[in-house]
Amino acid sequence: MSRSALASRYQQRTAPYRARLVPIVSTILASCLALLPIVSAGQMLPNFGLLALLAWRLLRPEIWSAQMGIGLGLAHDLITGGPLGLGMALWPLLLMFFDFADNRLQWRDHWIEWLLAAFAIALASLADWKVADLMRAAGPLSNVVPHILISILFFPAVLRVVVMLDRWRLGR
Amino acid sequence: MAPPPNRRPGYSRRAQYGLFIGYLIAVAGVLGGLLLLAASIVDPGGLSAVRGAALDVTAPVPGAGRGVVQTFQNAVGTMGNYFEAGSQNETLRRERDLLRRQLIAARAASIENRQLKRLLDISRKSPRVVTSGRIVGSSFDSSRRLAVLSAGSSDGVRVGQPVRAPDGLVGRILETGRFASRVLLVSDRANVVPVTLLRGGIAALSTGRGDGTVELKPLQVGRNPFRPGDIVVTSGTGGIYAPNVAVAYVVKLADDGAIARPLADPATAQFAIVEPIFEPTAADLVSEGAPAP
Repeated sequence: MSRSALASRYQQRTAPYRARLVPIVSTILASCLALLPIVSAGQMLPNFGLLALLAWRLLRPEIWSAQMGIGLGLAHDLITGGPLGLGMALWPLLLMFFDFADNRLQWRDHWIEWLLAAFAIALASLADWKVADLMRAAGPLSNVVPHILISILFFPAVLRVVVMLDRWRLGR
Repeated sequence: MAPPPNRRPGYSRRAQYGLFIGYLIAVAGVLGGLLLLAASIVDPGGLSAVRGAALDVTAPVPGAGRGVVQTFQNAVGTMGNYFEAGSQNETLRRERDLLRRQLIAARAASIENRQLKRLLDISRKSPRVVTSGRIVGSSFDSSRRLAVLSAGSSDGVRVGQPVRAPDGLVGRILETGRFASRVLLVSDRANVVPVTLLRGGIAALSTGRGDGTVELKPLQVGRNPFRPGDIVVTSGTGGIYAPNVAVAYVVKLADDGAIARPLADPATAQFAIVEPIFEPTAADLVSEGAPAP
C-alpha cells in the first residue's frame, strides 16, 4: 500500500506549489548533474537523479505514488542520454518496491533505509549493466562494483541535501 | 520509527480505487518503458529525433562550464608537477634526446617517402575535416563510455564519422542533434577499431573495456607481439577510420593480447575534429553486414 494514499485529497490539492514542485524539480536537477562538464575515463560518479528519487521516497513516503517514477525516469533518460526507457521502466518499479517494503517492515531506522537504498542502487546499476550487455557494450561485471559502492556511500550526502530542501519546501 | 498502523487508505472507496488506479498507471508505465527499452536495444538509431532534440537542449549546460572545470583540472596537474620537478626534469631530458634522434630519422624517412610517392604517382588524399568542436561532457554515471561534442548536424556531422583530437583517435559519432552530438569513445565496449602495431605493422583489433582502457587482440595467432610502451595506429581497414591515426599505447600485457590506454584522453583534450568517413562505400558494406552497435 502506498502511503501517498494516506494524504487526503484535500491536503494534496491545497499543498502550495513550492511544496509540490520542489521534490520534482530537485530530482530533475539531480538528473541534470550528469551534464556537469566532467569528462572522465571511467564510471566514477553516482547516478544523482536516482539517488535523489530514493532520498525523497524514503524521507517523505506520502508525496509520490509509484506512477511519478514514469515521468521522472523518462526525463532522466532523455537528460542523461542513457538507453531510452530504462529509467521509465525501472523507477516506478523501484517506487513500487518501496511501497512493498513499507508494508513488510516492522521497524525502520536510518540503517534500514540506507540498506533499502543500497539494494535499489545495486539493482539499478545491474540493470544498467544488463542493458549495456544486451546492446553488446558491457564490460566485465567487476567494473560495476566500484560504481555501486561509490553510489551507496554517496547516498547519505544526497539524503542530507534532500532533508534541507524538505525543510525549506515546508517553510520550516 | 514504527510504521503507521493502518494499511488501507481509510474506508473511503474513492481513496481505495484511486490507489488501485495509481498502480495500474504505474504498471502501464513500466510496460511502456520496457517497450521503449526493447526498441532502443534492437534499433539504437531509432527515436533519433527525440534523442537528438534532448541532446540539443542539454548540451549547452556542460558547454558553458567546461572551461572552468578544465582550469581546475589543469591546476591540480600543475601542482603535482611541482612536487615531481626534479625527477620529471631528468626523465624529460632523457626523452628529449631520444626523440631528437627519432625525429631526424623520421624526417629522413618522410623525405624519402615523398620522393617515392612522387615516383609512383600516388596522390595523397589531403586530410579532410568536417568540423571541429569541444568535448563538453561524458557519461560518468553509466557503464557506457560516451561523450558529448559541441557540434551537430547543422555543422555537417553525420552518424558514424570518426572523431579525433590532436593526440589521437577519440571515437566516432553515435547520434546527432542539430547543435551537439554524442561520441562513442574508443574505450566503450561497443567500439571496435582495426589497428596496426607501429613497430612491425602487425594487424590487431582494439576493443574498449569500459574503464578508460582498451584491449588489443592480434589477428594472427601466435606469439604475443606487444611490448609495454608500444603504440598502435588505425589501419584503415573497414573504411570508417583513416589509416595512421594514433589510437593507444600498451600499458601491460594480457594472456593473448595487451591492455592499452588511449592516447587522446577526452578529459584533457579541449578540441576534437570530426572527419568524414574514410571510404563511405566500404563503410556502408561493413555496416550492412554487421549488426548495429
